[in-house]
Amino acid sequence: MKLEALPWLILFLPLLSAATITLFTQKNRELSARLSIGAIVSGFVLSVIFIAANGWEPLQKETLVTWLEVGDLQVDFGLRLDPLSLLMLLVVTGVGGVIHIFSWGYMREDRAFSRYFACLSLFTFSMLGVVLANNFLMMFIFWELVGVSSYLLIGHWFERASAADASKKAFITNRLGDFGFMLGILIVWALAGGLNFSLIEDQLKQNPALFGSMTTAAGLLIFCGAVGKSAQFPLHVWLPDAMEGPTPVSALIHAATMVAAGVYLLCRVFFIFTTPALHVIAWVGAITALMAALIAVQQNDIKRILAYSTLSQLGYMVLAVGVASPTPAMYHLTTHAFFKALLFLGAGSVIRALHHEQDIWKMGALSKKMPTTSATFVVGAAALCGVPGFSGFFSKDEIIAAALNPRHGSLGLFLLAAGVAMLTTFYMSRLVLVAFFGPARSDGADHAQESPKVMVLPLLALAVPSALAGFFGIAQLYGKQLGEAHSSFQVLAMAASLGAVVFGLALGWGLYWNAEKDPLPERIGPWARMLRNRFYFDELYEATVIKLHDTIAAIADWFDQWIVAGLMVRGAHGTTELVGRALRLAQTGNLQTYAFLFVLGVAVVLYFVLGK
Amino acid sequence: MQDLFFYLFAALTLLCGFLVVANPFSRNPVTSAMFLALTIVSMAGLFVLLHAFFLAAVQILVYAGAVIVLFLFVIMLLDLKEEQRRTANKFGIVTGVISVGAITVILIKTIFESHATATVATPALEGATQPLGRMLFNDYVLPFEILSVLLLVAMVGVILLSKKDLR
Amino acid sequence: MHIGLEHYLVVSALLFCLGLLGVVLRRNLLVIYMSLELMLNASNLALVAFSRFNGHLNGQVMVLFIITVAAAEVSVGLALIVALYRKRQTAHVEDLTTMKL
Repeated sequence: MKLEALPWLILFLPLLSAATITLFTQKNRELSARLSIGAIVSGFVLSVIFIAANGWEPLQKETLVTWLEVGDLQVDFGLRLDPLSLLMLLVVTGVGGVIHIFSWGYMREDRAFSRYFACLSLFTFSMLGVVLANNFLMMFIFWELVGVSSYLLIGHWFERASAADASKKAFITNRLGDFGFMLGILIVWALAGGLNFSLIEDQLKQNPALFGSMTTAAGLLIFCGAVGKSAQFPLHVWLPDAMEGPTPVSALIHAATMVAAGVYLLCRVFFIFTTPALHVIAWVGAITALMAALIAVQQNDIKRILAYSTLSQLGYMVLAVGVASPTPAMYHLTTHAFFKALLFLGAGSVIRALHHEQDIWKMGALSKKMPTTSATFVVGAAALCGVPGFSGFFSKDEIIAAALNPRHGSLGLFLLAAGVAMLTTFYMSRLVLVAFFGPARSDGADHAQESPKVMVLPLLALAVPSALAGFFGIAQLYGKQLGEAHSSFQVLAMAASLGAVVFGLALGWGLYWNAEKDPLPERIGPWARMLRNRFYFDELYEATVIKLHDTIAAIADWFDQWIVAGLMVRGAHGTTELVGRALRLAQTGNLQTYAFLFVLGVAVVLYFVLGK
Repeated sequence: MQDLFFYLFAALTLLCGFLVVANPFSRNPVTSAMFLALTIVSMAGLFVLLHAFFLAAVQILVYAGAVIVLFLFVIMLLDLKEEQRRTANKFGIVTGVISVGAITVILIKTIFESHATATVATPALEGATQPLGRMLFNDYVLPFEILSVLLLVAMVGVILLSKKDLR
Repeated sequence: MHIGLEHYLVVSALLFCLGLLGVVLRRNLLVIYMSLELMLNASNLALVAFSRFNGHLNGQVMVLFIITVAAAEVSVGLALIVALYRKRQTAHVEDLTTMKL
């Protein structure tokens, strides 16, 4: 393998930049931004060079450093280089780089500009670590680092209570899933005696029944981690709230990379999932996709619509993994990274132009004021909807086809997938028609201006792959490692998704072309309110999980106050004081009392020495 | 004959000792001091019975001649009449007697259980003054000298303590 | 019955305990001092008896030392009592409670 040091360099450059910014260049905003952008862009360039030199499948698959040995546990710190990780490397550094550049423009007036870029670099480092990790423990460490840096980025405007709450919510919800992930890792270690992916894969390949039914448990627990990070039902509540962060952060973390980490994990350890586990995964994905798409229909905040659409698309990917087709999952992840980053950055551009107005009903007619942003946004939306020819069409089509896969899929999953595709087109057409066309619905929208070049260029850069990624042969690359997706239902799936697009677009056009306000609440009444309130998930969790938590906390508090502090601490101190008071009576200061006590002591000692 | 003397002196010693500590008729320290002198004299008798003639003489000389005189001197110096007025603490007496009684019982029980089988002294110890002096200045010369220093220190201390203005 | 070591030891023990009783019960410092002298004398008696019945003089030498130390002790102790009396106008242990905080 040539240029062995390159992947290490790619991994550690962002960390170096984060450390440098935090320690030395806090004051110098421009230099901080340049460092951070330089780190990730050079990461992208170096990745391209590495792939050009070694091809997609380097001869030597892993490079290893033994990190620690405890008993019979050996933890390596190694990089796994195969088509899966190399392509993800390109996606993370590529999309991430574009978003970094966009941030330079978007965050220009922010006070904590340097801190923002330091966090971005830290996030990039963690994400690259997740992508390149070759064992469970290393992946878990970077997985947690991703959680921390996303916490920092969501809470970037921590002066706002809502942002601080959202960052906490995201972190804690993620921890919930990570707990399962950790248990899963422990089970795997107990069963396999090692943590390296290749080792476990080899063991399972030789003897699939090696671990018995525990494999299913381990697989489901690891899936818990993915549920947290990829915001699947029922841990999806944090993602919409995470939109409190700056828009580029939403694009980077909550669209293109971090939430994709869960799907990436599922594909990376795909060998561990048994058929029952896959069924669970498929249905969780499908439910998430449907639920998120339904909620997105009635949201008015442009970023929240995109957030729920992200949820829905992640549901697709998880569904694809669940029907034993990781190739379409990764394919969709890649295309989704392009067009969702594009959509978020476009939304960011709009929000900035409208002075932080996020309600789509206060936009309108932006296609005339902001032609480039609008054009690229439409391209992204088309890709998301799966309009034929755009990238999303190919990847989504493969997932819908895989849902009919006779061994793992079923008709129910297929219908759900197709229905969600229709809903996707519907809510995206609603968003585009209301925000970019029709009459201007507020003064701000009337006076909007196109964003500066530093923000428009990234949009153009992302629009190209969003439109054309279907022709790059990405699926074949993933297929090399994960197995080609070949479904006999390609034609049926294509017809279904085409129908969904046409039907959804027609519905959206009919309802929202030149609409002044949302006509849906009047037509479907209480359903609309339910969707607008996100199926009352937050309220449900508030009433159950949080109540339960509060009760437990109250009990713990009572225990602490009365048992620990009252009985044990105060008891010990009270006993000591009581004994002290009692003993003080013995100190009379009278010589004879002492003499008497002395005699008593002598009597006792004599009794034990002589008298027995 | 010797047995008779032993019982006589022993009884006298214990009786006078008891009167030193708890005289039912008088609580005057002077009486106690006088009975202490009697105790010491009868104990000198016991020493004679034990063929320790030199020690018997020293006992009388030092204790009866010096210590008791010192006691009486101090008693006369301080006008001590107060104790007669004070009532004894019943509880203190009972507990004190019980604990001291316990020690006594333990000691005596130990003595009787030990079955001491020592033989009577060899004739070499008769009239022990000369061998005692030889031993004192041969084997025990260092402690002897240290004792002399102790006496000197005590003397200096006493002079210092008796000075009128103690600082 | 022939007089043996036990007899002397019993007398010594009884005398010692009498002295101890005096120390514990009497309140007059001077009498307490006398009781201490009794205890010392009791030990002297035991030592002389041991010396006699074991056939060597070490015990008697020890008694000689004890008498000397007792004399020194009495002189210092009485001097202290006198000094104390000058300061406090009392020779009573119950009035001396400066050891209490």
